[in-house]
Amino acid sequence: MKYTLSVLVENQPGVLSKVSGLFSRRGFNIDSLAVGITEDPAISRITIVVNGDEYIVEQVEKQLNKLIPVIKVKVLEPGRFISCELSLIKVNCNTKQRAEIMKIAELMQAQIVDVATTSLTLRLCDNDERTQTLISLVKPYGIKEIVRAGTLAIEKGAITAKKQPS
Amino acid sequence: MVECLKNENVQIAFGYPGAAICPFLDCLYRSPIRHVLVREEQNAAHEASGYARASGKPGVCIATSGPGATNMITGIATAYMDSVPLIAITGQVSSELLGRDVFQEADITGACEPFTKHSYLVKDAAELPRVFKEAFHIASTGRPGPVLIDVPVDIQASEIPEFIYPQRAEIIGYKPRTQGHAMQIKKALAAIREAKRPILVCGGGVVLAGARDELVAFAEKSGIPVVSTMMGIGVVPMDSRLYLGMIGMHGHQNANRAVGEADLIILCGARVGDRAVSAPEQMAAKAKIIHIDIDPAEIGKNMTAHIPIVGDIRLVLRDFAGQADVSVPQEWIDTVLRYKAEYKPGGEPDNESGFVEPRSFMRSLSAMMEENAILTADVGQNQIWAARNFNVKEGRFLTSGGLGTMGYALPAAIGAKLAKPHRQVLCICGDGSFQMAMCELGTVCQYGVPIKIILMQNDRLGMVREIQDNKFGGRHMLTLLEGNPDFVKLAEAYGIRCALASSNAEAEKLAREMLQSDQAYILVCRVDPDAPTI
Repeated sequence: MKYTLSVLVENQPGVLSKVSGLFSRRGFNIDSLAVGITEDPAISRITIVVNGDEYIVEQVEKQLNKLIPVIKVKVLEPGRFISCELSLIKVNCNTKQRAEIMKIAELMQAQIVDVATTSLTLRLCDNDERTQTLISLVKPYGIKEIVRAGTLAIEKGAITAKKQPS
Repeated sequence: MVECLKNENVQIAFGYPGAAICPFLDCLYRSPIRHVLVREEQNAAHEASGYARASGKPGVCIATSGPGATNMITGIATAYMDSVPLIAITGQVSSELLGRDVFQEADITGACEPFTKHSYLVKDAAELPRVFKEAFHIASTGRPGPVLIDVPVDIQASEIPEFIYPQRAEIIGYKPRTQGHAMQIKKALAAIREAKRPILVCGGGVVLAGARDELVAFAEKSGIPVVSTMMGIGVVPMDSRLYLGMIGMHGHQNANRAVGEADLIILCGARVGDRAVSAPEQMAAKAKIIHIDIDPAEIGKNMTAHIPIVGDIRLVLRDFAGQADVSVPQEWIDTVLRYKAEYKPGGEPDNESGFVEPRSFMRSLSAMMEENAILTADVGQNQIWAARNFNVKEGRFLTSGGLGTMGYALPAAIGAKLAKPHRQVLCICGDGSFQMAMCELGTVCQYGVPIKIILMQNDRLGMVREIQDNKFGGRHMLTLLEGNPDFVKLAEAYGIRCALASSNAEAEKLAREMLQSDQAYILVCRVDPDAPTI
């Protein structure tokens, strides 16, 4: 099963290597990892998607908490958060195929961000399932390159990773 | 940096010099802090570890950049696995040259990532007071451990306008929980009252928490039998009525038997390592588990805990004692006492054999020592002979239990003796482990550290030899120490008193002489190459 963790860390050098080193050292599998600063510039957020069972996710949470620069770890409750991932997909495309691919893009709400004589690049910001759908739809044309940013997640409603609503 | 150490009341540091640590050493030269020159950097960390464990204060070790720092890694990892508070200070190449692979450059904070509780690479001298304050706080609180401070040589040499040492460390992501949850304690006590066959498993956490008195008081008041892991040896003296011994692969049979039959296991600061508990899930299936540890990540890691309690063992046991109206069924007490009576320690002296029988010698040696003696043991057969047979009363048993680092005992003994100069410090090693650390005899001589070394010489790497006998058809691959020196002559070369014993009677006589001497002393005991571990 996939678990999404929201991890708040002190924004200082070396934090990312501490976090990623821990995963490889303890044999945890990361599906994706995305980092960025938060509303407080001293604090960064790492969103991690982990593949594993309940035991693994509990260990991940506890081991992350042991790292000194880690401020808070929250395992997001399934169904209670919004997630999305940015993907850039470069597809083989000749002039005849262009209209078809543009139609697929429109259906999937992907944007066309670059067009060339033999290729076309799509940008999608959506969840993993819809990203996979788009990839499978354009696969027959020949995918040249995929760049994915890793999942970002935010909880629904007024809840934040820092505080529960009172 | 020296001012920071003074503010932390550091009295001694163990280290080895190099160009990249010279500005700091030069200031240390002009300070009241004592500096001990080791003979190899790994031993600086081990000596600081022995000092820390004997004194209860963080040990400080120092090395230069590159090979100095990488040599120290094994010592840092050893301390990490046994939760020993260390401050490791390493010199680093000049900050503008970082990352250029210059002479003696090594990414030591990166290399030590898995073995340190935290690490710092300081790039601004103004941060040093905060970094040191945090490092000492992190190393010595919660679950203790080593903290590395890597300081480029130009940062060491730079000046800051004003030195203000912070009163407190403010780290937003580090707030160890010490008080056990009241609800969990209530649940645990209810389980203890219901239990028919409860047992206390005492681990190294009890020693680290300074909870020895609390554990003994709770065990005595409640009448619950106690076993210990190797790291928990010495919390309860071996001759206490309800103490059953050490559990695990090399433990006492009666202790393992009692744990196997218990219906409630109270783990106190024990991380359920594989050498202590080989099949944790089987154990958890048969008994209810109460797991008390200051490190939440240890609970549920190796064994399911039915009642987890995160907190300082000392505080939790105090809470227990306050509400412990427990009476353990007499039947269970009778059972464990019967097991204990049935256990016969192995090994009898045979004065005709030409060898010292190590297990019985450990027992007689232990009877000769002062109550508060500190014993260090290396890794291998000598460690198990000591752990199973030496009765640690008011003293300490220091060994590398987690990482199993050979060559730990001698430097750890030096550190312990410098921390507690008025206590007997005895070091037990084998001829394999001794040779990994024997360069430290130079340190022993230079500082006149009167430690007593028992060197068990069987010309074998005995524990691996035994594995090869039992599992690999007796093919002795790399386990015969044929190039051994004459250890008596080696000691003479250092000017250290040394004697050779080839029987228990002789060893006992010489041990008495050794303990009366106010100098360092090496007693070489000839041991049968086929002597068993258990």
